[in-house]
Amino acid sequence: MIRLEPRPEPWRVASWLSPIAAAAVTMAIGFVVFTLLGKNPLDAFHAFFVRPVDSAYGVAELLLKASPLMLIATGLAIGYRANVWNIGAEGQLLVGAVAGGGLALAFHAADSPLLVPAMIVAGALGGMAWAAIPAFLRTRFNANEILVSLMLVYVAGYLLSWLVHGPWRDPEGFNFPQSKLFHDAALLPNLVEGTRVNAGLLVALATVAAGYVFVRRSLSGFQMRVAGLAPAAAAYAGISSKRTIWIGMLAGGACAGVAGVQEAAGPVGQLLPTLSPGYGFAAIIVAFVGRLHPVGIVFASLLLSLLYLGGESAQLNLGLPSAVTGLFQGTLLFCLLAADVFIHYRVRRVMRLPQGA
Amino acid sequence: MDTALQLVALTLAAGTPLVFAALGELVTEKSGVLNLGVEGMMLVGAVTAFAVAATTQSPWLGVLAGMAAAAAVSVIFAVITLTLMANQVATGLALSLFGVGLSAFVGLDYVAIVIEGIKPLAIPGLSDIPVLGSLLFAHNPLVYLSLVLLAGVQWFLFRTRAGLVLRAVGESPSSAHAIGYPVIAIRYLAVLFGGACAGLAGAYLAVAYTPLWVEGMTAGRGWIALALVVFATWKPWRVLAGAYLFGGVTLAQFQAQALGLEIPSQFLSMLPYLATILVLAAISRDATTIRLNAPASLGKPFNAGA
Repeated sequence: MIRLEPRPEPWRVASWLSPIAAAAVTMAIGFVVFTLLGKNPLDAFHAFFVRPVDSAYGVAELLLKASPLMLIATGLAIGYRANVWNIGAEGQLLVGAVAGGGLALAFHAADSPLLVPAMIVAGALGGMAWAAIPAFLRTRFNANEILVSLMLVYVAGYLLSWLVHGPWRDPEGFNFPQSKLFHDAALLPNLVEGTRVNAGLLVALATVAAGYVFVRRSLSGFQMRVAGLAPAAAAYAGISSKRTIWIGMLAGGACAGVAGVQEAAGPVGQLLPTLSPGYGFAAIIVAFVGRLHPVGIVFASLLLSLLYLGGESAQLNLGLPSAVTGLFQGTLLFCLLAADVFIHYRVRRVMRLPQGA
Repeated sequence: MDTALQLVALTLAAGTPLVFAALGELVTEKSGVLNLGVEGMMLVGAVTAFAVAATTQSPWLGVLAGMAAAAAVSVIFAVITLTLMANQVATGLALSLFGVGLSAFVGLDYVAIVIEGIKPLAIPGLSDIPVLGSLLFAHNPLVYLSLVLLAGVQWFLFRTRAGLVLRAVGESPSSAHAIGYPVIAIRYLAVLFGGACAGLAGAYLAVAYTPLWVEGMTAGRGWIALALVVFATWKPWRVLAGAYLFGGVTLAQFQAQALGLEIPSQFLSMLPYLATILVLAAISRDATTIRLNAPASLGKPFNAGA
């Protein structure tokens, strides 16, 4: 008989091996799925994981899509460390885009170099305001932040939809639900000529670094970690659980809001109902796969970004629906959580003792 | 009078998927397992039910297939959280994301297909009784099934030995284990039941309520069902009240349009979600009630070997 036995100490190596194992198993499952769909698995594999990044443009796209993911995941990870489960980043992203995009539309004629920074600040504030709702309801009324933050994703979606169908609709947009295209001064500058990767990547990387400093080098960050690892000890040490919840939620909201502005002022260039292809949800997976650690988050965001690009490429080259991306995202997280068992447990073969022994 | 009766019928129809999903989750949670994957399981149930109904022309076969498919994906959750003892919150989230992706993938071939769904069933004779007839005897068969399920869950949990054992496992798994009950096996069954119920909820949406497949058609009902379990303080009968309350809120959109109110439709569409938030805050305010009613081991992994 096989039994899982708790390890006296967590196996640290496993906590880094399991994301790699999970990625490998996900790819193996992809192989099987492609074969079942009647595609040559090697061709499919190539189209999914290699072709999207075999050019400089492709690599730039990889970085472009990875930036919002690493940005949001960094914010979420701060909360997740303290067991603050903000899963509404998608909504906070949309509200951030509305706040920053609103600024771009209000100053449509302005040509100031301060416009983009102001939009980013507005986006952060918008995302924080949206995240403040579950934080307030949790600290004041004990309402579950998972459910409240998730409900607000739908509300944010309808808010954006109303704006681009109504007051903010482009009068020259042939009645499509979309805002005016942002003016050049409201767009993030490109980093490399001929590609779409923009200054948002730098903002994202700086945020990852700032997140690391906060978690590892600041007192608040330390308190957040204690609150997550040992809630009883944290309470005994006088660490305010309300403060922990507020910091965790607001950090996630601010990062998601900035990511929203970066989408609107970057590859999209306007406000649309389909602004985000689920970055707020994918970032949850990035945070877990990246072990809530900055370096891990950067790598995980590249992996999830590749899944997005792979889905698009599979649609173009194989005629597979791009929804396959979502399938792989879920599979990856499942594999990771399953592989994590080896961090805290080891497999033991136990002999059944004879009766009476 | 006729519109009032129609409103009641529409409210029941809109609340029924929530009754199914919330009752399933309630049983799962009573065993101490928090499965946040309801939304994903509902979508898998919906797409499977629709695909099978479209292929076989039998919506009832679709319902069964939807239940089976959702139960099947709930097994993934059960293996990872119960056998491998992973975090239930994270795994439930994974199940929801997985279900969204899987259903969108499978459902692509079925978008814009029209099927013959399960129609409301007017019981001959009885449904002709004025007022009472259309109030009680002219609903969709699945609406009646949801009421049967409610009575069944209530009876099982509080009137049978097996139900007592399930609740014991949820309150104190180590005591239940010490007496010799198979904690993990019981939790597996509870998760499977929750999965099948979520699948039934999704199937109802896809082959009875609006017989068509649209990506993400559950529109957060799985999450609302999770909130309903808290709202009901883990009591089956209160699930019904909550579900119909939300069913009624969903209808506000159509009502406002009928009354000619000049409110943008998006704001009316927000109402169910805002109502969920308000209700959740109002009920959770009383932390003691929640603590007394929530299964004591909810969300905590159990390792018999430890």
